[in-house]
Amino acid sequence: MGNLDLLLNGLQSAATPENLMYAAIGVLLGTFVGVLPGIGPAMAVALLLPVTYSLEPTSAFIMFAGIYYGGMYGGSTTSILLNTPGESASVMTALEGNKMAKAGRAAQALATAAIGSFVAGTIGTLLVAFFAPMLADVAVTIGAPSYFAILLFALVMTTTLLGSSKVRGFLALFLGLTIGLVGLDLNTGQARLSLGVAQLRDPLEIVAVAVGIFALGEAFWVAAHLRRKPLQVIPVGRPWMGRDDWGRSWKPWLRGTALGFPFGAIPAGGAEIPTFLSYVTERRLSKHGDEFGKGAIEGVAGPEAANNASAAGMFVPLLAMGIPVTATASVMLAALTSYGIQPGPQLMTDQSDLVWTLLASLLIGNTLLLVLNLPLAPLWAKLLRIPRPQLYAGILFFACLGAFAANQDAFDIFLLLLFGLLGLAMRRFGLPVLPLILGVILGPIMELKLRESLTISDGDLSGLWSEPLAVAVYLLTALVVVVPIVVKRVRPDLDTPAAEVAHARAEAESEHDDERTSR
Amino acid sequence: MSTTTHQDQPVAAPRRDLAQIGLAAVTAVVGAYTMYDASTLQVGFADPVGPRVFPYVVGAGLLVSSVLLVVAALRGDRPEAEGGEDVDLDMQADWVTVTKLVGIIGLTIATVGFLGWAISGAILFAGATWALGSRTLIRDIIVGCVLSVASWYAFYVGLGIPLSAGILDGIL
Repeated sequence: MGNLDLLLNGLQSAATPENLMYAAIGVLLGTFVGVLPGIGPAMAVALLLPVTYSLEPTSAFIMFAGIYYGGMYGGSTTSILLNTPGESASVMTALEGNKMAKAGRAAQALATAAIGSFVAGTIGTLLVAFFAPMLADVAVTIGAPSYFAILLFALVMTTTLLGSSKVRGFLALFLGLTIGLVGLDLNTGQARLSLGVAQLRDPLEIVAVAVGIFALGEAFWVAAHLRRKPLQVIPVGRPWMGRDDWGRSWKPWLRGTALGFPFGAIPAGGAEIPTFLSYVTERRLSKHGDEFGKGAIEGVAGPEAANNASAAGMFVPLLAMGIPVTATASVMLAALTSYGIQPGPQLMTDQSDLVWTLLASLLIGNTLLLVLNLPLAPLWAKLLRIPRPQLYAGILFFACLGAFAANQDAFDIFLLLLFGLLGLAMRRFGLPVLPLILGVILGPIMELKLRESLTISDGDLSGLWSEPLAVAVYLLTALVVVVPIVVKRVRPDLDTPAAEVAHARAEAESEHDDERTSR
Repeated sequence: MSTTTHQDQPVAAPRRDLAQIGLAAVTAVVGAYTMYDASTLQVGFADPVGPRVFPYVVGAGLLVSSVLLVVAALRGDRPEAEGGEDVDLDMQADWVTVTKLVGIIGLTIATVGFLGWAISGAILFAGATWALGSRTLIRDIIVGCVLSVASWYAFYVGLGIPLSAGILDGIL
């Protein structure tokens, strides 16, 4: 069967009334949680994991898809209507979006964000349906040594390319790998790092780790720095766009999609760089260049599309190889594993129904999102006024509930608290979250592949580079690490991509500040 | 945390952030313990790698990163604290509130087995709102009770997971 047939089959099985209901619940819950200030998509997915405990995998993943896209959409609403962006992916949307909102064009900003997200999400999902099986076909033939090399590559990329400090990145990565060690050893069945505690003989409950670091850590960090003066929320009616807005939006949507998708699919790509590139591109190409900085619709349409396309792109490595490249993807991978589903290249063939239903429900969820959320936008905007003590108390409440519900064991809340404090320390000390969470999830898989490769070669270390692909990936990894260092030596004035983005963004923001003060 | 004492200085001051050394000390201990723990494992036969190698590498990596962080901190490298919608980094950190929140979660851990989720959860919510500065105590307690009882029934009826009822066993 061709991919299109498989996708149509998936659409059929996703379109049962029951599954449609789960998709709708997922979209609403996801938007609800995503709109709440301080909650990004990764945290939304982690907080809502417990809801899926008793569902069968297909329904759970349909709901998840809804939660994911809903959370992304909710995030953009927050950044347009509040004057500070939440997660890094929304920074660019906030730049022009908030300006538009202040100029009384909030409805159009929300509309171009929502429709742009829909366009990008739909094209992105179709691209996933096209590329993921191709990649999986290649990936099944990959042996353990190459797989190990690719995992190493993903970890090194995320750790060295993102964030401003490599030392802190590696510290976070190794902490994550350490957390991933807890539990019984695969071959010999001995407990590692159990500290003599019975509950630590099993791998750590991923809900406790993810919710602790994302939700509790964030709540603690906010509690320590709570903004006492309330943020200005811009009231909004039903989103709509005029003829002119459509004309100015559709090209940025498509360009944003083209930029976002490939970045989403590679490790360390993420949404930060493509949203920035999209913003810069639109600024350069726009006939209304003078409007940039004052609320140009292209500056919302492009980055929002890039953001959602990169969110879709993340599914390519996740489904085809079992490699998560974003925090949200790692939480999803953890959910897969908790259902006893083995992620990896075989997923597309072993769980073909699940995968295609998931892809189909991404399309459905995306459509539902547009249909439900355009009329509901004024209601969602009200959520932004929720008093902060109650909001963060609610986050603590649901975080504890989720940790407790899994095993009904108070010890899990204790673990949650520990990881919450770790999350707080990471925010205080500038340790990036992504390398840590990838380390937790990928560490055990890496060890498995390492031991497989060395068992094949009977303990000979050269077994690690016994495949041409592995050698190529190691060379690539070395290049990624060495080239920036060399470049820095030779041309000290050049910045790394991440630093460049940060730099350019700071510049863009300070320009805006200047305008604000001069007005 | 042992690092809280350094927090009294304004966050933006351009001076060395030596609290990082406290963090590095903790992670170095974790790394060293990981290596020690690995050394106590038995290596099985027909397993050329064994259960030790990976923890050795990870523990050593953690140790080395910790040392590098100490060096960076001494050279005056400062962490970039994370921003956010509700985060105001220009203000001094308020660790009292955080301590209160940790205490309240500690209370939940201690009581959830005995009091059950419906009561512990309500205390958790009301206590957390109080710690975060809300002064509408009666309303918060009512909201907390509604949330915890509703979530108890939602898990019981909706998801088929009976959360512990504690002393309300038989009433809920």
